[in-house]
Amino acid sequence: MKKEKILISGNEAIGEGAIQAGCFFYAGYPITPQNELTAYMAKRMLQEKRVFIQAESEISAINMVLGASAAGFRAMTSSSSPGISLKQEGLSYLAGCQLPAVIVNIMRAGPGLGNIFPAQSDYFQATKGGGHGDYYCIVLAPFSVQEAFDFMFFAFDLADKYRNPVMILGDGFLGQMVEPLTVKFQIPNSKYQIIKKDWALTGCKKRAPNIIKSFYLKQKELEKFNLLLQKKYKTIKRRETRWQEIDVEDARIILVAYGTMARIAKGVVRKLREKGKKIGLIRPITLWPFPQKAFLKNPKARYLVLEMSYGQMVEDVKLALEGDKNVEFLGRAGGGIPTEEEIIRRVK
Amino acid sequence: MTEKIIISGAGGQGVMLLGRVIAEVALNENKFTSWLPSYGAEVRGGSAFCMVVVSDEEIPSPYIEKADTLIVFNKPSLEKFISWLKPEGLLLVNSSLVPKLNPNKNIQILSFPLTEIAVKLGNIKVANMVALGIYLKRKKLFDIKTVFKTIKKITLSDKKNLIDINIKAIKEGLNLI
Amino acid sequence: MKKIFSHPKSLRKIPTHYCAGCGHGIAHRLIAEVVDELNIREKVIGIAPVGCAVVAYDYWDFDCCESAHGRALAVATGIKRCRPEKVVFTYQGDGDLAAIGTNETIHAANRGENLTVIFINNAVYGMTGGQMAPTTLVGQKTATTPYGRKVNLHGWPLKISEILGLLKGVVYVERVSLHAPLEVLKAKSAIKQAFLNQIQNKGFSLVEILSACPTYWQMSPREALDWIKEVMIKEFPLGRIK
Repeated sequence: MKKEKILISGNEAIGEGAIQAGCFFYAGYPITPQNELTAYMAKRMLQEKRVFIQAESEISAINMVLGASAAGFRAMTSSSSPGISLKQEGLSYLAGCQLPAVIVNIMRAGPGLGNIFPAQSDYFQATKGGGHGDYYCIVLAPFSVQEAFDFMFFAFDLADKYRNPVMILGDGFLGQMVEPLTVKFQIPNSKYQIIKKDWALTGCKKRAPNIIKSFYLKQKELEKFNLLLQKKYKTIKRRETRWQEIDVEDARIILVAYGTMARIAKGVVRKLREKGKKIGLIRPITLWPFPQKAFLKNPKARYLVLEMSYGQMVEDVKLALEGDKNVEFLGRAGGGIPTEEEIIRRVK
Repeated sequence: MTEKIIISGAGGQGVMLLGRVIAEVALNENKFTSWLPSYGAEVRGGSAFCMVVVSDEEIPSPYIEKADTLIVFNKPSLEKFISWLKPEGLLLVNSSLVPKLNPNKNIQILSFPLTEIAVKLGNIKVANMVALGIYLKRKKLFDIKTVFKTIKKITLSDKKNLIDINIKAIKEGLNLI
Repeated sequence: MKKIFSHPKSLRKIPTHYCAGCGHGIAHRLIAEVVDELNIREKVIGIAPVGCAVVAYDYWDFDCCESAHGRALAVATGIKRCRPEKVVFTYQGDGDLAAIGTNETIHAANRGENLTVIFINNAVYGMTGGQMAPTTLVGQKTATTPYGRKVNLHGWPLKISEILGLLKGVVYVERVSLHAPLEVLKAKSAIKQAFLNQIQNKGFSLVEILSACPTYWQMSPREALDWIKEVMIKEFPLGRIK
């Protein structure tokens, strides 16, 4: 095993992380700002004798992933906001068929075509289901190139464990920025099926046929299936909620942010703590399930929610605190980023 | 120590590479670093920029609001980014493509005909490495030996013939001030 | 006594939900017979469509995957690329394959994916209540063409098989029909060929099957078969296209 520190972009780190986590199938369609990821997979997947397909559309890409996953393989696709909107049909089917898959969204500003500047404005879409039906994706929000890499292992494991789609939600900065990454080069060579998948489509040799479907014609059957999903989501909430907190206990004001926004917030906390200000940070790592418990430690503090979007995560913070009296919001839309200066001004 | 650098110029002037080299050097000196390229539709001709942060501590944001150093290779870049430079900040200008600047006491200005120097060295594309030499000499953030080692390390195998001219350009820059 | 006829192993012994005179039951059975004859039941993976045949996996007795409307060939591509040793086929209607899924169809074909496609053309959307399909004939009345399909409003019947025949990635396209016993036998041999092509790694094969929908054609089963023979075949001529 070779351990090495390299400079790499978030997009490429996600790709390498996926490959090392055993991703056997990738399909994608070009869209900025995640093109480096698709190009990286085009190069590396063939080197590893795995499957890369540039699909004819976002919709085809996610459905190819559905097929690969149904066949029992670790599969992923990636895109950016408008492309992720197109993939929602596939996401709903993945959830309904209980198929594991990893979907990467390197967000850009919307709505519509918007622009290619980094944003976090797909928070609602990512954390509230996104497509049709009662379902959730597990949503992970890395905030550094190192986490972008590390979370791919976590994402594929969660997807397999719960047979559920997992989304990596990053903004354009996370995809584009280049940072040092410590990589342990340890590529699994043959065992792509890390968890035994006896439900997978392999041909019905010496067993009854396997059927992958989300279709339940009878109302009661579908309700029963939905309740099963809900039970699963409850388990995920209980077991897999993750967050990072800094100096929360004695804080008078607590910043809440994820992704790139959380880096800026962390810098502010460091700066103001040095000056004696009682300030802290809660950084959700799983956006769904949202880390409600993180807010129980110090519910009386003043909370300032920071977003590169316009008041999306702030709703979850208000729910966690069961009210909005002490919850404030600072965000920018359309590709803007609240600056360190702006945050410090609001904090004072 | 935290150094925030914005580099800008026309697509094709080696703006991205210059930023990447600085970040690679920082990595090799075990510093924290981030490099953020602009990712617009500009490939050749249009304006391109990147942001590099080098620090002794964890870097909060790769995005620079106020730069310690601004390196510009053409006039539109100067106009776009001059207001991003901190008071007392360092401005390194390619005078081959930027008309004479009015003296400004609030900032430090280094002005050299980078394009012309590069042409004289035999390759117009190494204007960025001349700038690197000047920058290294002025800021003294890195060991020059690390810089040369880094250049050799990151050059792709089919471009190894370009190592010498790049190192020559850096040395030229080092000798200009 | 020698046994010359029996229920296919690949077909479950349960009644189908299809209307009287519908072609789906016959097409399902033909596939099951071919799967048995080629001895591939333990390595075949079917992709069921959205449409009347949505629960085809309730009738076939082998591994199957659901697919969203129109996405069958994308799903099949994902499976086949991961498990090239399996035999993967899609079963799709005209709306699925030639309207909402045209993009998936053309690109899977153009990539030359080593897949088998069974394409049921009954000139109408059945499951949703008899609306116009891309293959609805000019003049044909449907729920959404109550005055008959008009060229100036709805365009012409889409000849997707002929279009696919132009693509280099496609090795085999044949149009068959289920309107008479002899035609059914021909249909079976075309289906068999399409599966054999895949087993022999030849590439993309498609069999278009003209199939009756007496319910939404508002005919008796007998009239529906005659309509295929006398009307539909004129627009969609039978035979090998590629």
